[in-house]
Amino acid sequence: MRLLLDIAVTLLRAKLRQSIVAAVGVMFSIAMFVTLLGFMNGLNQLLDGLVLDRTPHVRLYNELKVSEQQPIDLVHRPDTTMTDGGSYNIIRSVKPKDELPRLRNATAIMDVLEKDDRVLAVSPRLVAQVLFNIGTTDLTGVVNGVDVMKEVQYYKFKDYLVKGEPYDLAAGNNTIVLGKGLADLMEAKIGDLVQVTTATGDRSMLRVVGYFQTGVADYDKVQCYANIKTVQKLLARPGSYYTDINVKLHDLTTAPTLAREFASRFGVQAVDIQTANAQFETGSDVRNIISYAVGIVLLVVAGFGIYNILNMMIYEKLDAIAILKATGFNGRDVQRIFLLLSIIIGVVGGIGGLIFGFTLQKIIDNIPFNTEALPTVTTYPIDYSIQYYIIAVSFALLTTWVAGWFPARKASQVDPVEIIRGK
Amino acid sequence: MEAKMVLEVEKVNKYFHDPVTIQVLKDVSLSIAKGEFVSITGKSGCGKSTLLYILSTMDTDYEGELRIDGEPTRQATKARLAHLRNEKIGFVFQFHYLLNEFSVLHNVMLPGLKLGKKSKAEVEHDAMERLKELEIGDQALKGAHQISGGQKQRVAIARAMINDPLIIMGDEPTGNLDSRNSDIVFDIFQRIAQEHQRSLLMVTHDEDLAKRTDRIIEMDDGRVVS
Repeated sequence: MRLLLDIAVTLLRAKLRQSIVAAVGVMFSIAMFVTLLGFMNGLNQLLDGLVLDRTPHVRLYNELKVSEQQPIDLVHRPDTTMTDGGSYNIIRSVKPKDELPRLRNATAIMDVLEKDDRVLAVSPRLVAQVLFNIGTTDLTGVVNGVDVMKEVQYYKFKDYLVKGEPYDLAAGNNTIVLGKGLADLMEAKIGDLVQVTTATGDRSMLRVVGYFQTGVADYDKVQCYANIKTVQKLLARPGSYYTDINVKLHDLTTAPTLAREFASRFGVQAVDIQTANAQFETGSDVRNIISYAVGIVLLVVAGFGIYNILNMMIYEKLDAIAILKATGFNGRDVQRIFLLLSIIIGVVGGIGGLIFGFTLQKIIDNIPFNTEALPTVTTYPIDYSIQYYIIAVSFALLTTWVAGWFPARKASQVDPVEIIRGK
Repeated sequence: MEAKMVLEVEKVNKYFHDPVTIQVLKDVSLSIAKGEFVSITGKSGCGKSTLLYILSTMDTDYEGELRIDGEPTRQATKARLAHLRNEKIGFVFQFHYLLNEFSVLHNVMLPGLKLGKKSKAEVEHDAMERLKELEIGDQALKGAHQISGGQKQRVAIARAMINDPLIIMGDEPTGNLDSRNSDIVFDIFQRIAQEHQRSLLMVTHDEDLAKRTDRIIEMDDGRVVS
């Protein structure tokens, strides 16, 4: 094997320029593959992060809906087993009963969840629909009463807070963080007081302590954050009044199962992140497929380059192949020599490609990228995952192996007699 | 059979099928003993080169039996045949057929390294000895394309001898050389046969050279005539 490698290297050296061209072809395709996927996935993570960072893995809530069992059903049971068509209770225009949209037993549920091993964090939330009164006009808004410190710890609240400190919101009484879009509309400055009217008509004054920006304009025009106590006071509700419980899990993929489990166990509605944000996964998948497709096409093109160069080399080296065979090298040895040639080109080009790809990623990572919509981003995002490097190298080796195999096989089948007699 | 036969063929028939089927070899039988210097002569197209390539085991498309050092080759695999060539047969062709990418020394070493019976250092030493013996030791480190035609043919002979083969085969080994160089090459062959007790089989159309060998096999129209 050592000898065959020796011969392969010598043949490569003799055709240095062609070999370099082939290796550079592989290098470029690998570099582009790595850069493309790193960049694409960096963007994916950024865009997904916009939503996923802010979204609980499982959200428990109580939806106001018509009860399934109406009083008449208790008196007269519908029976559909009878052969004559059975009997039914038909009630039209059923309305939900007057009920608060709160989670019953929220404190108890939270206690149970806190003790669950699969759960990373539990945070309550109280969502209130409000009107902001500016002069004579009203703007609709939603005030999210949150446990500020938990939001900071588990939902990257601070990343989206473009002005102000989370602590001011957590500690202050009657303080609010406005969505950037909403604040611009109201021309509210930090320290200003804004007047809020709740759905039941109660009015309060809240002090603006910060701005909040997610990059999703519609969201930023409506959503505001406040301390949960402030919102409870705003709505004139007791301290155990929550509308949602947000659960963050250790393992994102278990969300659908756990959502079902929590729903039946606590008798509440539960929605998991996969169901709530299905479109984001789809978008990422499609972008990934496109980048993989482009990358693989690049590698295949490089493979054709190697195939061509090896084929030419074999025609030029027919004499050498004949003499190697005449002096006792068998077909397999010859095939191995040319396969080695191809793999050397693949390995050298592959390693060069990884280095070049990493350099390109670094360069892209340092290009300034400032956008209104993404306050926390200053340069183009790159995902440096090792997996792209591994995929690129394995695929490069595979392509060069395949590209080398056919010419190598042809070389192994060269009939030395034909070559030697043909002179 | 009195002496040990290095190479034997029995009733070899060979056909070319393109463009029409022609029988090129007709019931050829011959044997070569150890240390014998044999030449095959005949008119162009009489099948002498074709016979040589069958004897060399490179051409396997024939009928009949070929034994090298007593081993029948008819059923042998291609890999086994390659090994046989490597170990027991040396070749010198009309054209030198050196690998231009390698140095003279490395060219000589390649079959030895392939055989793998000796270490690289030993093979290198042996190759150097062969080259010195053929008086081209000083050219050893040059590229194979940098030396003259006569020198190249001597390198090819050194390469043929590196594994101490039982038999060296030559297809018009002097055909491409001027008379002075062809004399030198022929002398070397004779010396190899006498001093090293190697068998030699040489295809040539040069009657004068043929006469200087131990035995002449004359071929005509695919048959051995004498």
